[in-house]
Amino acid sequence: MRTLPAVTAALVLLATGCEKKSATPAAPAPAAPASVAPGGDSILVGEIFSLTGGQATFGISSRNGIEMAVKEANAAGGVKGKKLETRVYDDQGKPEEAANAATRLVNQDHVAVILGEVASTNSIAMANVAQPARVPMITPTSTNPKVTEIGDYIFRVCFIDPFQGFVMARFARDNLKLNKVAVLRDLKSDYSTGLTDVFTRKFTEMGGKIVAVETYNLGDSDFRGQLTAIKRANPDGIYVPGYYSEVGVIARQARELGLTVPLMGGDGWDSDKLFELGGSAVEGHYFSNHYSSDDPAPRVQKFVAAYKAAYGRVPDALATLAYDAAGVAIDAMRRAPDLSGKSLRDAIAQTKDYPGVAGVITLDDRRNAVKPAVVLKVGKDKNYEYVTTINP
Amino acid sequence: MGDLVQHLINGLAAGTIYALVALGYTMVYGVLKLINFAHGDVMMVGTFGAYAVAVGLGRPAQSSLLGVAAIFLVAMGGCALLGLFIERFAYRPLREKPRLTALITAIGISFTLSYGFQLDFGPLPGAAPRAFPEIIPPREWLVFGDRTVVIWNWQVISLLIALLLMVALQALVYRSRFGRAMRAVSFDHRTAALMGIPVDRVIALTFMLGSALAAGAGILFAIKDTVVQPLMGLYVGLKAFVAAVIGGIGNVPGAVVGGLLLGLVEEFVVGYSSSSWRDAVAFSFLILVLLVRPSGLFGTVTAEKV
Repeated sequence: MRTLPAVTAALVLLATGCEKKSATPAAPAPAAPASVAPGGDSILVGEIFSLTGGQATFGISSRNGIEMAVKEANAAGGVKGKKLETRVYDDQGKPEEAANAATRLVNQDHVAVILGEVASTNSIAMANVAQPARVPMITPTSTNPKVTEIGDYIFRVCFIDPFQGFVMARFARDNLKLNKVAVLRDLKSDYSTGLTDVFTRKFTEMGGKIVAVETYNLGDSDFRGQLTAIKRANPDGIYVPGYYSEVGVIARQARELGLTVPLMGGDGWDSDKLFELGGSAVEGHYFSNHYSSDDPAPRVQKFVAAYKAAYGRVPDALATLAYDAAGVAIDAMRRAPDLSGKSLRDAIAQTKDYPGVAGVITLDDRRNAVKPAVVLKVGKDKNYEYVTTINP
Repeated sequence: MGDLVQHLINGLAAGTIYALVALGYTMVYGVLKLINFAHGDVMMVGTFGAYAVAVGLGRPAQSSLLGVAAIFLVAMGGCALLGLFIERFAYRPLREKPRLTALITAIGISFTLSYGFQLDFGPLPGAAPRAFPEIIPPREWLVFGDRTVVIWNWQVISLLIALLLMVALQALVYRSRFGRAMRAVSFDHRTAALMGIPVDRVIALTFMLGSALAAGAGILFAIKDTVVQPLMGLYVGLKAFVAAVIGGIGNVPGAVVGGLLLGLVEEFVVGYSSSSWRDAVAFSFLILVLLVRPSGLFGTVTAEKV
């Protein structure tokens, strides 16, 4: 995902249509003990999200997810006989504020673990504080590969961008049985290039053929030249790993030029704007995403019901991945011999087959989650239909 | 064969827009020797004006003949006023200053408009692209073979509107009193003033005319690509500027030919070589034309008297 915070957050977070109206930032604190003796009987979990500003709904969803996980852990007796308590700081969506908040969590609050952020840029700013201080940090939703490359104390519970290329290649070959696919990608975007490279490699490896590769620039609105050239190559499907702002228009012009084959893409499609820009032309196309609230798996439906009961709406991908991030941290605390940074880090690094809501999580040696992605089909009335889950 | 025709249609559609926007560049350059870099952004403002009117009218009024006429009139009239305003308060005070000052001012206005429109407070639209309403409901006009080539009704209508605008402009510049005054100012504005031509008024009217054309071009662009966004003017404006220079800046038929040529060149580069080369080839084409004919395809060579 692009590192611009606003865009990243908008894309990740508009998942499953998070509603405009959100819980007030001053939601009740988790069931923390009223009086906590310093260094006493509670474990501090630090959180940094954007709780105010343009991306407030994203931060609030994430905080809700973590709050639920902490409540559940405390109801189950806490960790090592202690209750968990959260310290939440608002970074207003700004990387410098995220770094300040991380410094405060490390130096003043002495938290055991830091959870956050959504936007990769902010996560990188936090990681640059957490890594030298040797405090483990887990980001729920930052997909840029660079985040965990900062050091061995930085983890994530979502997949990284290129994985989606792998997922779509498998889906195109195994589920849609496509033989010839054309690619239309954003020339200058790392996100689009990353997805394309992996898609191309995997799809050809599985016996498929890439029959045309065309590019466009961010901000273009006429894709007829590229689409006419693609039509000449006569593909069974078109891979368009871009952002909704262009994909909607591409879908419309493809239909206009008489191209009826399915389009496929990644989580950059996930926005209500896709429907506004593409109209009925976006229906029936496929994209990969982190999670679907329509996934019939019992653990997903159980979580969706519990979240709805607590916060009055369907959890978006953010709330779900934040819940999983807290879950991984708590699970590691239970397994770690003690709660020092080093021990906790090692325990998190050993996470294997953790049953997260958005998929079973195993952390690889680069501290990225190896986990499934879902494929969604764009339906009518601004809905996505759950199609399948693809494992790594 | 089918795709060749389809590419030709695509290229002509894009080229028509470039041509209309290039006309505005060329006219202003003709009278003022100023490259009005804000021109593309005036087009963007006009398109958002049309968007507002279309959304305000709602369906089905926006796609009735009267509704479409209202959309064009309001957007073009509004842009004419914007052009007048920009000329009066930004360019006129700088007219006797070095030409570079006005050029930088033009770039400043361009950025003010394109980035100002990305703010989202008050009536400003915000950065996200918006779908332009279908004011000409798309219908297939001609279909060849197994849908190898499809010509849509709006493509034909847009082309007709563009031709109409060009013919009207040509008549205005070469057949009317105002056109004669404009050409006189273009030739030598000091002498024209001595002959009793109201230079300020002619220049202001030229700006209004160019801006109204830009709004018209913007609406045709939005009908074609179904989307409006605050940065659209930067991209289209730059390409149209190139088209005006290729045709010979200051020359009305040159702008039209330059626009159509550029549209076709881009389309065929995308269609038959690689889409990543589009902009590189478009600008190489510009350099090539200027190497062979430094004043553009239709430009007149002016000998400097020493």
